[in-house]
Amino acid sequence: MSASASRTPPEGLGLGKDLTGLQHLTGAQIKGILDTAEPFKEISERRIKKVPVLRGKTIVNLFLEPSTRTRISFEFAEKRLSADTVNIAASGSSVQKGESLVDTARNLEAMRIDMVVIRHGSSGAARFLADRIPSNVINAGDGQHEHPTQALLDLLTIRDRFGSLAGRRVCIIGDVRHSRVARSDIWGLLRCGAEVAVCGPRTLIPLGIEELGVAVLSRVEEAIEWAEALYVLRLQLERMDGGFVPSLREYNRFFGISRARLERAPRDIAVLHPGPMNRGVEIDSDVADGPWSLILPQVTNGVAVRMAVLYLLAGGQPELAESAKEAEG
Amino acid sequence: MSRPALLVGGRLLDPSQGLDAPGTILIRDGRIEACGPDIAGPEEAEVVDVGGLVVAPGFIDVHVHFREPGDEHKETIQSGAKCAVAGGFTTVWTMPNTDPPIDDPAAVGFVRASGERARGARVFPVGAASRGLRGEQMTEVGELVAAGAVAVSDDGNPIWNAGLLRRLLEYTQTFGVPVLQHAEDRDLACGGVMNEGKVATALGLRGVPNAAEAGMVARDCLIAELTGGHLHVCHVSTRESVEHIRRAKERAAHVTAEVTPHHLALTEDAVRFYRTEAKMNPPLRTEDDRAAVIEALADGTIDIIATDHAPHHYEEKEREFDDAPFGVVGLETALGIAVLELVETGMLTLGELVERLSCGPARIMGLEGGTLRPGSPGDIVVFDPAERWVVDPSTFLSGSHNTPFLGLELVGRVRATWVGGELRFRLPRESSPARRQSPSYAEKGGL
Ligand SMILES: [Zn+2]
Repeated sequence: MSASASRTPPEGLGLGKDLTGLQHLTGAQIKGILDTAEPFKEISERRIKKVPVLRGKTIVNLFLEPSTRTRISFEFAEKRLSADTVNIAASGSSVQKGESLVDTARNLEAMRIDMVVIRHGSSGAARFLADRIPSNVINAGDGQHEHPTQALLDLLTIRDRFGSLAGRRVCIIGDVRHSRVARSDIWGLLRCGAEVAVCGPRTLIPLGIEELGVAVLSRVEEAIEWAEALYVLRLQLERMDGGFVPSLREYNRFFGISRARLERAPRDIAVLHPGPMNRGVEIDSDVADGPWSLILPQVTNGVAVRMAVLYLLAGGQPELAESAKEAEG
Repeated sequence: MSRPALLVGGRLLDPSQGLDAPGTILIRDGRIEACGPDIAGPEEAEVVDVGGLVVAPGFIDVHVHFREPGDEHKETIQSGAKCAVAGGFTTVWTMPNTDPPIDDPAAVGFVRASGERARGARVFPVGAASRGLRGEQMTEVGELVAAGAVAVSDDGNPIWNAGLLRRLLEYTQTFGVPVLQHAEDRDLACGGVMNEGKVATALGLRGVPNAAEAGMVARDCLIAELTGGHLHVCHVSTRESVEHIRRAKERAAHVTAEVTPHHLALTEDAVRFYRTEAKMNPPLRTEDDRAAVIEALADGTIDIIATDHAPHHYEEKEREFDDAPFGVVGLETALGIAVLELVETGMLTLGELVERLSCGPARIMGLEGGTLRPGSPGDIVVFDPAERWVVDPSTFLSGSHNTPFLGLELVGRVRATWVGGELRFRLPRESSPARRQSPSYAEKGGL
């Protein structure tokens, strides 16, 4: 494990009960989570990918909005830590039948579960739940607000690639307006000392974004000129119906990340994407599958980061993560 | 008819006649019979000691939602009228966006009759401007007024069709009632749930830009100027709207405007942490907008304060921010917020505040009341302008508790309210610590 994790004070990171976002975390806390993820990376490389860190803990994955990747990533993380998990999805659950989130919260509380991982279509839903139940709550994406574990895995991937986050120049490209991933990445990168810009059609850049501390670039060429890493956001196909972009073809022509554009970059440039990709829209296949791409390392890091978050919120000490993973299953 | 009442020892504060002096008021047969120094009452008069308190014409709120018919679990006309007098209001105008809406004479009659039975504030219905609040066909404005409506509005649903608004501003002139407009361009608002800007961006909530309100205010002012009709702009929240209203007044258009206590007191920062108690429409804006509406209220560009009292059941507010309804209650905290934010800060004198809450609404809407002149209705509020008290919604008489001011210490508290010469509210003695500690009140039988 990295040397820096062992310097974390023994009282832990002070994350509190929940992880609802990165906005209110410090750089040291974020760094502490990333450092804790380091030893967990290795577990996924073993033949038997299981340690007893969360044995006896019950975790509910409450996914009230469709998601495959994030749910699977959390499930792997939970199972590799030996937790008991229950999945509740929107379709077929009582939530779909009109049960309010406050009633869902009360029912979960009554079942004495230890942790809830929540994905929800409304901004603020994770905090809403966290304020009402004693269990730990992890935000797996709430509306257009935050998706903190996605940003943590992004930070880990960028750190792996460049050795550090401080001073790195990262440009987030695309539908920033509707993206919780963009918000969490902005907070996380800024807290860790990176420089952040956003780039996209002005219809997809929210007002007041500069006041969060990021620059706004209006052409993707400028972004490539400036950045060391490009974070390419998924363009939800329904944005066309909303009138935010006139056509996917035009979007690709002016904002898509192509090999031709990247080859004109003044430096080696890394490309990340939260998935799932629309190949040929926001990113070309040459890029997604090419030497620039960090997309698969992101997925691998996702499991390690989520293991770290589960471990820390369950009361694990960052400096003991190395030994926790050695315990017999 | 109740006994005559003689209110002695108070500070008579009535901007309608430039009065601010110690004196006595005699109320008899539902009206103010005399007002001034050295007034003696008849033998049988009940003497009420209001020493140390302000005696002012009762407040008038031209924008409340009492939810009856249709949503009685939030507020009834009964509970609304009672909470109004607890806030010092002797007249309220109820908005027509109930279920069903108040768009025919029978519905208007129902609200008036229920209001009279409530024995709280006087309840005057605002009739719908269009049938079913759909913004298509004008209601029978004449019939509504004949049945007791005092204005027309589609509040909550902006009148988007400029041609309809024009015809309304023309047609209402025969009946002498204003058109109250909730200005909001729904295409620009685009389903927003709070002010557009950095707070909404950080919270990931859809925002409503200032231009959604101000653009419609600009258009409406031009139509008012074109027609000569009386346009009243509801709950102004942006600097740009203020500028359009100011320009329209300079051009002598018949435009008046109101602002709510919450827009005078709060900004978008109150929404942080997804507090649904701070979700209302129009949304709380920036500090710059707040400063602009305060300044406009002080210089008269915005004529009056109106609460937009909008009760909601706690279950409806305890939801995801996107799904919670818009609106906050306001009648019982209006005075305390206004003294705290306007008088304590030196933006208005206490007399100017009474003007914005009482004489002003009466003047711009052509109502009886809003004055202590002999012969006027016996609508009187007695309040302590200095009492500090903490907002505790469990003491509200309103059917709902959705206030953004929970736990805040306010300044200025209503002690008693007379409507038509009848004492309709008196602050329970135990709820005022100051009075508990002062035996003289109890001895003298004061308020
Ligand atoms: Zn309104």
